[in-house]
Amino acid sequence: MSDTLLEIKDLKVHFPIRSKHLFGGVTKYVKAVDGVSFYIEKGETLGLVGESGSGKTTVGRSILRAIEPTEGQVTFNVDGKMLDLAQLTDKEMRTFRKHMQLIFQDPYSSLNPRMTVRDIIAEPLVAQELAKGKEVDERVRDAAALCKLNLEYLRRFPHAFSGGQRQRIGIARALISQPQFVVCDESVSALDVSIQAEILNLLMDLQAEFGFTYLFIAHDLSVVAHISKRVAVMYLGQFVELAPTKELFYAPKHPYTEALMSAIPEVDPDQEMTPVHLEGEIPSPINPPSGCRFHTRCPYVQDICKTEIPKWQEIEKEHFVGCHFANTLTLNGVEIPDTIAAAD
Amino acid sequence: MTTTDLSPTAIQTPVSQTESDEALRYYSATQVQLIWWRFRKHRVAQAGALILITMALIGLFAEFLGPYTGTTRTSGVVLVGPQMPHFCNDDGCTLRPFLYGVKSERNPETLGMEVKIDTSVRRDIHFFVQGEPYKLLGFIDLQTHLFGVSEGSIHLFGTDSLGRDIFTRILLATRTSLSIGIIGVLIAFVLALIIGGAAGYFGGWIDYVIQRLTEIVRVVPVIPLYMGLAAAFPVEWSSSQVYFAMTLILAIVGWPTLARRIRGKLLSLRGEDYVVAATLSGAGPSRIIGRHLLPAFMSYIIVDLVISFPYMLLSETALSFVGLGLRPPTVSWGVLLQDAQTVRAIEQAPWLFIPAAFVVIAVLSFTVLGDGLRDAADPYQISE
Repeated sequence: MSDTLLEIKDLKVHFPIRSKHLFGGVTKYVKAVDGVSFYIEKGETLGLVGESGSGKTTVGRSILRAIEPTEGQVTFNVDGKMLDLAQLTDKEMRTFRKHMQLIFQDPYSSLNPRMTVRDIIAEPLVAQELAKGKEVDERVRDAAALCKLNLEYLRRFPHAFSGGQRQRIGIARALISQPQFVVCDESVSALDVSIQAEILNLLMDLQAEFGFTYLFIAHDLSVVAHISKRVAVMYLGQFVELAPTKELFYAPKHPYTEALMSAIPEVDPDQEMTPVHLEGEIPSPINPPSGCRFHTRCPYVQDICKTEIPKWQEIEKEHFVGCHFANTLTLNGVEIPDTIAAAD
Repeated sequence: MTTTDLSPTAIQTPVSQTESDEALRYYSATQVQLIWWRFRKHRVAQAGALILITMALIGLFAEFLGPYTGTTRTSGVVLVGPQMPHFCNDDGCTLRPFLYGVKSERNPETLGMEVKIDTSVRRDIHFFVQGEPYKLLGFIDLQTHLFGVSEGSIHLFGTDSLGRDIFTRILLATRTSLSIGIIGVLIAFVLALIIGGAAGYFGGWIDYVIQRLTEIVRVVPVIPLYMGLAAAFPVEWSSSQVYFAMTLILAIVGWPTLARRIRGKLLSLRGEDYVVAATLSGAGPSRIIGRHLLPAFMSYIIVDLVISFPYMLLSETALSFVGLGLRPPTVSWGVLLQDAQTVRAIEQAPWLFIPAAFVVIAVLSFTVLGDGLRDAADPYQISE
């Protein structure tokens, strides 16, 4: 696996809940991410979907060490050498940051309103002293042009821009240090549909040109399907399924994925939707259910699910599932549209 | 786009194809400019600022503006009421303002001294007259006063029971009261910045301990605390020693509120996306604090300082009024108001209350200015 860019092994992020008493200490943990393993290949886009509170954002941010992981390994392929990010000191980490960046969800709060667009885009260069003087200006202009920003805008402040343009500024900032890996954390969720398409196409164009690797976090399944080569589904701090996009959408192997897919609205208004209804709420990540985490809401639940944690297994090539009955259940995915069926 | 709306709603307006100069000016406006534009719409706050600037100038040039010194006693004019300059008398009008003469007479029935206005005597007011020597700003030796009379004396706000000019004394008191407030606020601010900053930056148990400490200071009733501290001043302290001790007391009582605000702001700013973005860009702590946290912070700090100012002013006035704060010969508004404590003052010399009007005006000005600044301080938030 020489073309693996990033390998995550048993990543755990637990947030301590402090007791209200001064010396009470830590009694409980919110298990936001609880044992996640996957790899990302160079130049691919891995989609990551899940409900709110399932830990998607925490996975993305702990890879970047914006949040310190509690346990686990994040190894990054730097010119053929695998480097464990968790072992880096703060100083080493700061110089390493040029290799990976984050595109934020909220284009309003992620730009410092007190800095000009030029200064915002230049920040990674200036902060890490990657460039000096005129070179900074040149690279800022290049990055802005790539993101289809008018060069006249560079003197302006973020308050002059709409959401879509602000997101372009955020993208320009992320790519100026020429990172290999970019986490897009719900990067298009806050934008309206036509702008979403523009930004998605921009991201894909940039990937085609520079070979960026994306971890694309979203809750909108159609957006994820559009951009990702493979998709991972997350539930309550763990991955339940990871497969190539088409396989995951058309032939899911996990009951939770099936429920998600059945919730995608049909384009045809006459078509009757038959969503799989999940009972109850997503359980608390402080006290996750025993056995399979999904057993409290799973329509196919058996006794074994309540006691034994299912193995994360590769049931087909590149198709990972965490379910006891992955091979026996017959689940429905999204109906294959005629056009695609014909093409296949 | 012929007219550009600079209101917060305009922030939402996307950049249009045809942009006027004014729109361009808005798009590339710095934070200070945006604050200034919003502040300019706040007429009341501007009036407050104007009054305060005037008061500060009065404080700076008090000796020049007042016709006497704070301790000059004019014999024969004890408890004279305010004298208003006139332009016209029975002989007609002149451009030069003048005062009528004042005579103290003993009332044959009550045997008390009474002040009579003698309209037959005309005393012209002259400008830039030579009077008692003083040091302007503490180091320029001068004798010139803005105005004065060549014969008799001039007392725009009347005199007190010792024959001292209240107008001059109020001007001098303005300096003391404002400066004690400013120094008090600054000391409190430095304390708050260190203590609140540590709590907000380190978090965890340091934050917890500092928070409880702050609460303890906050729950101590303020007046007994002031009185206890002020009563501890040794009697033999000079008036300037008392002055600095007073600023310290004001600061000690004032810091917890400020410290809490600083801590809260710091905590909320640390979680802001753009601060996270800076961290991910590889910025070190000094760059994050200097480039991202402090600029976001500054406007709030200034507003907080302006808003906490009136409390300092009122505390000083109250303490001096009850005789626990500054002591004569230092003059502050509170010290001046000590003279107005008696029934006799209310009945016979109501002009001794004039310093109270200055206190009210100053506090009101600070309050409206603080309000206006607070509204203008965050031009990126749509709050209306």
